[in-house]
Amino acid sequence: MTTTTKPDAVTAVPIENSLTAGRLPAPAPWIILGAAIGVGAAIFGVLALAGNEFNWGGAIIVGALLYIPSIWLFSMLVEGRRRAMDRLVTALVTGAFVLAMIPLISLTITVVTYGLARFDAEFFNSSMRNVTGEGGGALHAIVGTLLITGAAAVISIPIGLMTSIYLVEYGRGRLARGITFLVDVMTGIPSIVAGLFAYALFSIFLGPGTRTGIAGSVALAVLMIPVVVRSSEEMLRLVPNELREAAYALGVPKWLTIVKVVLPTSIAGITTGITLAVARVIGETAPLLIAAGFTASMNYNLFDGRMSSLPVFVYTQYANQGNPPEAYLDRAWAAALTLILIVMALNLIARLVARFFAPKFGR
Amino acid sequence: MSTTAAIKAKQRPGDRVFSGSAVFAGSMILVTLAAVAIFLIVQSIPAFFADSEDASILPANFWAYVGPLVFGTVWAATLALIMAIPVSIGIALFISHYAPRRLASVLGYIVDLLAAVPSVVFGLWGIGVLAPAVQPLYSWLVDNLGWFPLFGGPVSGTGRTILTAGIVLAVMVLPIMTAICREVFLQTPVLHEEAALALGATRWEMIRTAVLPFGRSGIISASVLGLGRALGETMAVAMVLSASGAVTFQLLTSVNPSTIAANIALSFPEAYGMNVNVLIATGLILFVVTFAVNAFARWIVSRRKEFSGAN
Repeated sequence: MTTTTKPDAVTAVPIENSLTAGRLPAPAPWIILGAAIGVGAAIFGVLALAGNEFNWGGAIIVGALLYIPSIWLFSMLVEGRRRAMDRLVTALVTGAFVLAMIPLISLTITVVTYGLARFDAEFFNSSMRNVTGEGGGALHAIVGTLLITGAAAVISIPIGLMTSIYLVEYGRGRLARGITFLVDVMTGIPSIVAGLFAYALFSIFLGPGTRTGIAGSVALAVLMIPVVVRSSEEMLRLVPNELREAAYALGVPKWLTIVKVVLPTSIAGITTGITLAVARVIGETAPLLIAAGFTASMNYNLFDGRMSSLPVFVYTQYANQGNPPEAYLDRAWAAALTLILIVMALNLIARLVARFFAPKFGR
Repeated sequence: MSTTAAIKAKQRPGDRVFSGSAVFAGSMILVTLAAVAIFLIVQSIPAFFADSEDASILPANFWAYVGPLVFGTVWAATLALIMAIPVSIGIALFISHYAPRRLASVLGYIVDLLAAVPSVVFGLWGIGVLAPAVQPLYSWLVDNLGWFPLFGGPVSGTGRTILTAGIVLAVMVLPIMTAICREVFLQTPVLHEEAALALGATRWEMIRTAVLPFGRSGIISASVLGLGRALGETMAVAMVLSASGAVTFQLLTSVNPSTIAANIALSFPEAYGMNVNVLIATGLILFVVTFAVNAFARWIVSRRKEFSGAN
């Protein structure tokens, strides 16, 4: 009774601040991370002494792998099991993000360094006609990409936009539900199947082996329509119902309400969605390889003859290397850089449109 | 006399034209999908009954040709998902619950940048950078862990194996999976999270008890959508994988199964006669498989909408 559990007077240390007691100090994780990378560097330094080249990537990877168990261990000793688990998961989750950044950074560096070798004037003002070996350019492919993607946009923007208007303003019942479901399913069509479809369509009507630019456009339109529908639908649903009701109350017909009130309100979002849809299909390779084929010469006519495009140009330059192979690879990387720049520019335009032309609801 | 009948709005010609064209555009979706199915079926019917005399690329009959391809497609997509699911959940959690609030949207945008890279560029990168970088790791695995059935030798000298193709596929499906998971995690009711934290849970315990159960169906549908993408991805696999058409589970050798999509892309430009029909028929099989996978994913999403009362 009298012997209550009193803390041992000898071992009890006065606690300076009870709020931070039993916790790792704030800079501790960084110190542990630095030490872990130091150990990794030491391991690879020993290997470097043995004659290998010093491997920076390996050192950092080993360091990161060492950090995860050591932060758990230190936290376990100081803070207990539950906090140790928390620290471990934090390290793993952050590691997942860093892991995903590695391919992005590596890809950017590679494309820029290899791509700049042939990123010159000749690349943009000549085609591959009669070119073997060095020289030549991708003008025919750039023109082809613009024509094919433009035609795909001309096909899919009206259909996509009107479908989304149907779904938001008119659609009731079974047809609307069916269309929503099928648009979702259409989003998942593999691009190569769209290419096969366009090829089969044109070869049934125009004879087997027909490859034209317009077939490529049809294939891209199949991929682009669902994206346009989804994004426009989302934007149209954001338009407040009060605006529509105010128009109806003034006696404005439904179609004029849509054209004069609903569409102008949502036009910024719709433009953004369409630009992103174009950016998505402009990099498609497989459907164009199958439906539009490839050629070395200029072709301005969508309805006659094969037509090159930038992604297919990248692929053919890589796949059919001639002599010297470096010339072909350099052209492939330069075309890849051009393609990425176009896609990034489209993405940037879309974001800027969304930011600056969005309707201002606030007062 | 009586005014019980509903008053019908006056139908102006403009209204008729406009609603008519809206219905027409909507039906175009139905027509397009039906056309995709019909044209593929029409072109592939002859291939189902062809043998090696009709089409030079067939070893015996059509099913013997398509079997290994289906295996390769599923195997490559499975490998990609095994790598992509944990990483994408991690990234989504990082962006939704760990990163500083101000940085979160920027970080999300950076991950979305991965989706903007065309697949042919991923293919070039896979051959030029990734395959040489992982090849030493592969030979180390074969030397030291060769007893493990998946890592059996001999090691591929170029690194262009099915595992490399799986890594590239995983990188390519990461953005879509991360976007869906992130969206669902952000929808977790704040009250659930705060209740967990108020009971003394650490951040991980809060996520385990509040966020993950809420987002389970989102994770599942993200995985299935990612699976659909990985099944249909063409150019990156066609370029990275050095395929021989064998059926094998070994990850690191130079004997690899091909995938349906990659095989079409590689064989189609030179195909003629009945071979074209055979390739279109493999495309039809791919279409059916991805259709089923996507419909399944959408079904999960729609079921969640109805039954989760929390949001």
